[in-house]
Amino acid sequence: MPRVLAKMGRNLVGALMLGAAALAVTPMASTPARAAGEAIPLPATQFSFEGLFGTFDRASLQRGFQVYKEVCSACHGMRQLFYRNLLEIGLTEAQVRNIAAQFEVQDGPNDLGEMFERPARISDHFRRPFPNDQAARAANNGALPPDLSVIVKARAGGADYIHALLTGYTDPPEGFTLMDGMNYNKYFPGHQIAMPNVLNPGQVEYADGTEATVDQMARDVTTFLAWAAEPELEQRRQMGVKIILFLIVMGGLTYAVKRRIWADVKH
Amino acid sequence: MAIGLHQSDFKNPVVRWIDSRMPIFTMMQKEYGTFPTPRNFNYFWNFGALAMINLMIMIATGIFLSMHYTAHTSMAFDSVERIMRDVNFGWLLRYVHMNGASMFFIVVYIHIWRGLWYGSYKAPRELLWILGVVIFLLMMATAFMGYVLPWGQMSFWGATVITNLFSAIPIVGENIVIWLWGGFSVDNPTLSRFFSLHYLLPFVIVGVVFLHVAALHITGSNNPLGIDPKGPQDTIPFHPYYTIKDSVGMVVYFIVFAFLVFFAPNYLGHPDNYIPANPLVTPAHIVPEWYFLPFYAILRAVPDKLGGVVLMFASIAILFILPWLDTSSVRSMRFRPVAKWFLVLWGLNFAVLMWVGAKPAEGHYVTIARFATAYYFLYFLVILPLLGRLERPLSLPESIAKPVLRGGGPLPAGAAAKPMEKA
Amino acid sequence: MAEAMAPHPAPHGEAGDTRRDFLKLTAGAFAAVGVGAIAWPFIDSMNPARDVLALSSTEADLAPVAVGQAITVSWRGKPVFIKRRTEEEIRAARAVPLSELRDPQTDQSRVIRDPWLVVIGVCTHLGCIPLGQKPTDPHGDFGGWFCPCHGSHYDTSGRIRLGPAPANLAVPEYAFTSDTQIRIG
Repeated sequence: MPRVLAKMGRNLVGALMLGAAALAVTPMASTPARAAGEAIPLPATQFSFEGLFGTFDRASLQRGFQVYKEVCSACHGMRQLFYRNLLEIGLTEAQVRNIAAQFEVQDGPNDLGEMFERPARISDHFRRPFPNDQAARAANNGALPPDLSVIVKARAGGADYIHALLTGYTDPPEGFTLMDGMNYNKYFPGHQIAMPNVLNPGQVEYADGTEATVDQMARDVTTFLAWAAEPELEQRRQMGVKIILFLIVMGGLTYAVKRRIWADVKH
Repeated sequence: MAIGLHQSDFKNPVVRWIDSRMPIFTMMQKEYGTFPTPRNFNYFWNFGALAMINLMIMIATGIFLSMHYTAHTSMAFDSVERIMRDVNFGWLLRYVHMNGASMFFIVVYIHIWRGLWYGSYKAPRELLWILGVVIFLLMMATAFMGYVLPWGQMSFWGATVITNLFSAIPIVGENIVIWLWGGFSVDNPTLSRFFSLHYLLPFVIVGVVFLHVAALHITGSNNPLGIDPKGPQDTIPFHPYYTIKDSVGMVVYFIVFAFLVFFAPNYLGHPDNYIPANPLVTPAHIVPEWYFLPFYAILRAVPDKLGGVVLMFASIAILFILPWLDTSSVRSMRFRPVAKWFLVLWGLNFAVLMWVGAKPAEGHYVTIARFATAYYFLYFLVILPLLGRLERPLSLPESIAKPVLRGGGPLPAGAAAKPMEKA
Repeated sequence: MAEAMAPHPAPHGEAGDTRRDFLKLTAGAFAAVGVGAIAWPFIDSMNPARDVLALSSTEADLAPVAVGQAITVSWRGKPVFIKRRTEEEIRAARAVPLSELRDPQTDQSRVIRDPWLVVIGVCTHLGCIPLGQKPTDPHGDFGGWFCPCHGSHYDTSGRIRLGPAPANLAVPEYAFTSDTQIRIG
């Protein structure tokens, strides 16, 4: 074993493997903790943005925004987003201006020292459904609807979990005591969730004619939320491919130079 | 020493002018150019240079991130998200900084492992090793405070738990914790001071790294055989041999780093840190960053608050006296047929501690953590001191050049003719 | 091998080994490109961020501004003076021969609609904010604005008439989106 280790150290592959091994050990160490306590297996959903080279399906993003706007936004804010961000999901500037103008946001104080309402501009944040957390709790039976800006990054299981949650409402199994005002969900830790099932077939009417099944709406809104959490994802992966290819060529060149330089040293 | 201009050997008039007044070029030439370095390094010897590069990357990205970050409880989380969304290449700077911390610990753990395996801590390199442990401690403090800055749930609760460790100190503990916090809980004063210190400490690390390198260049490097170079035939100049060999390792390191940053930036993080800090709700499982897990496991292995804290700090403090605990005069584990197996076991044990540190502190996990903690200390306190006396090491090679030249024939004349300035 | 045996000061001084030189050159060029590419994200991160750029235009409501009054709106961190000028002020601005001006510009070239003067309220001398927006302010010798820092006088067209400033108050890019609203930037 030590001889093997020493040999590994002597060649490049060894160093690479060590790095990889260190990386491999760590998630093994930390992943179980995330799900510890109650690991509910999630059904894996296929999304356009998965894998090393996935991108966001623009049509799905736009449908997902529609679901967010017409359903989720009644309770959930997305305070990190601006209306101008919607340009990135393929909407035109005129469309985004129109969307923004549908919302009244507070501005001010004006010259009289008063706050006033005005239609939102594209440089404004998404309007929040409640002025503060206390108001949100008061309106929701004590439960706080979380902000959805980075929800996909903030939940173990990511997009799979969000999609599973939205499609996971069922009747509680026999013998399960549901507390007052709570709802049963297969995938929520503890199974009791304050959020009721909000997606019913045909809940929204898609402009592109896509049938608004529960799964379709959940998939679209999850895609939208994944984009909202990681709007840099596509640029990041494109850049990553180029940089890693560059580094591989660079590595080959450097190794060749190293061999040349070391050619006259016996070792 | 005579006072007057330094006798510079450089031809370029500008370089020569500077060098005769401040011989910085002569110094660089001596320390990184012709510096005689054992000829038999393997790729484990890349990791010191990699750690240096990593430190530079962290400082550079950190400085630019701090131009956009706001150290206030009400704005910290949002300012990080603004960096991710609106600042040009902000996501890149942040992901490099975030994953750079993990890369730094991977590199430094391998660097420490190399020191353990080849006995780099032994005389005459004890002080070099101690300075390394100081750097490691400073890194841990810096990483911990940096993790608090995004002000997510793990930031907040990690800060709460770790600062509370100090409350275990008898009598003054509570007061120390309040002093650390600047209040009665982790809050805005805590965040601002952590930011201040997180910015300061890396520069302290740079200073200690300088001392670490200075000490290294007095004793010279250790090598895989653990025997001292006996003459010029055993060494080669640092440049170009090891500058190019370090460059190879550097590119490989960048590939691993780039893969993390561009394709799995949150893989080593915890989802809860994307939930803004909430002082009223504790996450179900508080887990430190992966690189702290072994020490976290030791902390939790002890059923006594003070005892756990003491043992955790002792697990690092023990490294300071390691040069005197290891009584064997043989450095490299290649020639220690018994000790090497105990060290391999120690390495696996460290991995076990890392794994169990992420598990809830209950049931079998506690038992495993206790055995692993016991072995961690047993290795340093009992096994190493005893083995130095009981173990019969293999016979050491005569010189570095001997086993290197197959057949052990006479040295080629050219090898000795290389420019070697024996320090 | 002969090369390794030859005693020479640099480990590589042998001429004619062009393949190695080419290799080194290519690797060096790659490294230089890499370092250059690394520098750009750092530099660019200091350029205006997207949220800053999104606020690079602002809208101003002109409806409440009476004749002779002025309002100040903030645009890109700077004050923009919007003045609804009186007939006399317009006439005064247009009566001045260009030869008398330090920075010759006609009043017509500085406005889109005659009564509305829109200028950036930053003195072209050293960046102070001139006085003259409020009726009680000093307006300088030419009935426009007066910079208290070093005594520059601007006329009713915002042109420099007296004092150290070299140029007229700048006119920002703006457009009327309706009769009572303009978008600046």
